[in-house]
Amino acid sequence: MTVGLAIPCFIDAFFPEVGIASLELLERLGVDVAYPQGQTCCGQPMANNGCQGAAQGAEAHFVDLFAGFEAVVMPSGSCVHHLRSHFDAIPQTERVRHLRENTYELVEYLHDVLRVDDFPWAEFPHKIGLHNSCGTLRSLRHASMSELGETPFSKPLDLLSKVAGIEFVTPARPDECCGFGGTFSVAEDAVSGRMGLDKVRDHAAAGAEYIVSADTSCLMHQQGCARRAGVPLRFIHIAQILNGARA
Amino acid sequence: MSATTGHKPVDHAAAAAAFVADTPHLAFHDKRLWELRQKRDGQMHGIPEWQELRDLASAIKEHTLSRLPEYLEQFEAQAQANGVRVHWARDADEHNATVLRILREHNAKTLAKSKSMLTEECEMAPFLERHGITITETDLGERIQQLDGQPPSHIVVPAVHKLRADVARVFARTIGGDPDNSDPNALAEHARMTTRPLMLDADAGMTGANFLVAETGAVVVCTNEGNADLSANLPRVHIVSAGVEKLIPRQADLGVFIRLLSRSALGSPITQYTSHFRGPRDGAEMHIILVDNGRSKRLGQEDFWTSLKCIRCGACMNTCPVYRRSGGLSYGAVYSGPIGAIINPAYDPARYAALPFASTLNGSCTNVCPVRINIHDQLYKWRRLIAEGGFLPRKKVFGLRVMGVVLASPTLYRLATASARMAVRVLPRALLYSRLNAWGRDREVPVAPKESFAAWAARHRPAKK
Amino acid sequence: MSAREDILAALRTARPPGEHPLPALPTFPGVEGDLLAAFQVSLAVMGGQWVSLPEGEALGAFIRARVGDGPLIRSATDELPDFPRVDAVNRPRDLENVDVAVVRARFGVAETGSVFLSDHELRVNTIAYLAQHLIVLLDPVAILPGIADAYRRLDFAEARYVSLMTGPSATADIEGVMIRGAQGVRSLTVVFAPIG
Repeated sequence: MTVGLAIPCFIDAFFPEVGIASLELLERLGVDVAYPQGQTCCGQPMANNGCQGAAQGAEAHFVDLFAGFEAVVMPSGSCVHHLRSHFDAIPQTERVRHLRENTYELVEYLHDVLRVDDFPWAEFPHKIGLHNSCGTLRSLRHASMSELGETPFSKPLDLLSKVAGIEFVTPARPDECCGFGGTFSVAEDAVSGRMGLDKVRDHAAAGAEYIVSADTSCLMHQQGCARRAGVPLRFIHIAQILNGARA
Repeated sequence: MSATTGHKPVDHAAAAAAFVADTPHLAFHDKRLWELRQKRDGQMHGIPEWQELRDLASAIKEHTLSRLPEYLEQFEAQAQANGVRVHWARDADEHNATVLRILREHNAKTLAKSKSMLTEECEMAPFLERHGITITETDLGERIQQLDGQPPSHIVVPAVHKLRADVARVFARTIGGDPDNSDPNALAEHARMTTRPLMLDADAGMTGANFLVAETGAVVVCTNEGNADLSANLPRVHIVSAGVEKLIPRQADLGVFIRLLSRSALGSPITQYTSHFRGPRDGAEMHIILVDNGRSKRLGQEDFWTSLKCIRCGACMNTCPVYRRSGGLSYGAVYSGPIGAIINPAYDPARYAALPFASTLNGSCTNVCPVRINIHDQLYKWRRLIAEGGFLPRKKVFGLRVMGVVLASPTLYRLATASARMAVRVLPRALLYSRLNAWGRDREVPVAPKESFAAWAARHRPAKK
Repeated sequence: MSAREDILAALRTARPPGEHPLPALPTFPGVEGDLLAAFQVSLAVMGGQWVSLPEGEALGAFIRARVGDGPLIRSATDELPDFPRVDAVNRPRDLENVDVAVVRARFGVAETGSVFLSDHELRVNTIAYLAQHLIVLLDPVAILPGIADAYRRLDFAEARYVSLMTGPSATADIEGVMIRGAQGVRSLTVVFAPIG
């Protein structure tokens, strides 16, 4: 079975190393991965602003590229959340429904489908603060939510615990939103910037050297805030660690 | 929400930016409300049936809303049998006129009132004052705001955006006191001593209602100060203002709601005073005004009627990371925060178009809501209605249309992203971080990579199919 | 049409579709074991105080000894015939100079530390708010486990006014600082005393 690899626009444009790590990791794990050229965007930025008309083109193109695959994997919780919960600017044909039901976020694919229990090539001897984007947390249910008092669980933590040398530190507000929120980051830049600053300071105060996430959009925002404020943190995507990055 | 509200759109982002810039106020506001969220969590952990209580509360409210006319009629009959005079008001104007009529019937010139968001909605205070009635807000937070000429910023802690020094200055300007003595105990004592005579002398008293019990005709009011009880029990006239959505069917249902309300709001097991008014004292009168003011219209909205389940706990505000950093006044409406963002556009989509966008859609609000309102889903749905209704700023619509075109075309997309990488690499800092770069106000832009992922893949993983 | 008819009609027209049954209310396992001890802990959390009437001691003397001779005390309960009565006034506001009021609660609630006071117990409702300090007599065996248990009782529907009162008046409206004695009583002390 060939799995289609969907790479979000911001990863393709500014963080190709995350795409490379995702691809290499899946290949290492024996997955037959294909990356169709000509990808653009899943339509989320337009749809999140209520502009269904503007989202149509991107959504239709996404379907054209990926409808032929049995499964699609995408290293982005927010994009997969959009695909799963919304993605309705175009007619909901059988083809579209199949795609929506068979698109996986990378962590959930590794944890729930491949059920990976070992990353023997991985070593990351650093203190890390784990950041779950709100899309992966409250929609894709990557981990338990602090508001609900659930029995604690965390898919990214399960995967990362298999990495040699890794150490986890927890910030005071473990699942408060970091403030990216898509176009919110520019439309409400003051609040967004403040949320990002608070988030990186919280992780730094807990002793984190790195912030790790399955969502590059959050990382991009937090990294921008940390660099502006001089908070000495480094940022890395979970795929990079699992793929064997040492730093 | 009333005739006096204009259509000028609320600019949440600008108001929020001003709030963020005021670091001492911002820091306290965020810390205090997060503390309330944590206390709420603490209460939740102590109650194994917490999620079941939320399920019950949600189901009781949805049932009641689906049979609201029947329960209102039952409530009215019970209340009247208990000696309560029941009035009905279609809108804010009728509500205000009814209050004035009752006051005039008793020659009442002074009114002591406890907290009621509905009276804020109806803009009752300016109306009554124009007709010669003197109103005293008896809740300390409301009184501070009244003296400062500001509306409440939070539905449970109305002056949470103020520091003690602000309160000292407001008091010094209005009810006397040393502007430099900001000891909260001294300030609260001063408020107690000056408000008490006003309650003792008041001709009439007014309260809101947290719950109306159809089965018994009882009005339930929850406070921590006891000011509602004084406002209601001192004068010979007690007026209750209540929205029609406050109904619950049975007295026993209070066993669910009272257990959820204060825990969700303040993280305390119950309010100091949970008061139940079923009938007037001997020689006194009790009136209740049942108010629609747009609620029936909201009830008919398929995607949004469940927002009427709201029990006014404020938990959504406490948990909202955007609210904590913008302050309630930035929403420009009686109801602020997440619940405000899904209620206000129903009344005036032009004015409140920005509110559903003052959110990252993170969903924390939905998780803390004791009556399970799917707030963040409703925020998303409002965004669509606002966009389709043409209420988005023209510049934003244009920008999103351009984005839509670029992101639908692989060629345009490649061009745009390559240009962005080039700009980041090449532009001098002063140009890259100009006024036009909203991202760049508080953040650095990402470092530009050598090539896109697609370019790397074209070389290293040429397409097989 | 009257406002009443218009509103009811509008609500009927807007009725949400679908089934929305009223749920039955389950009984949850609540506070168990020593209800008195649980009540005491809950009351303290809410800022209230408590003390037990020593065995054999007369209630009136005990209260007088605690309060002292200066303060003005009024009682709403027939158990204290030596104290001035709460209802020996013409208007509710005439109680404004009372320093200490003594009332007897019908029952308490262990979950929250609340006491049930209706217009029958208070005689004049304002006494529980105008006095500077409130003493609440409570039979130590008259304590229910939880709020849900309280609301299953008929007591609420038999009175015109009921307060489930939990500790003294409080506010934290100024910079989150907890203050006791906002508009109502500055202190609330429960005296555990069987009904005399």
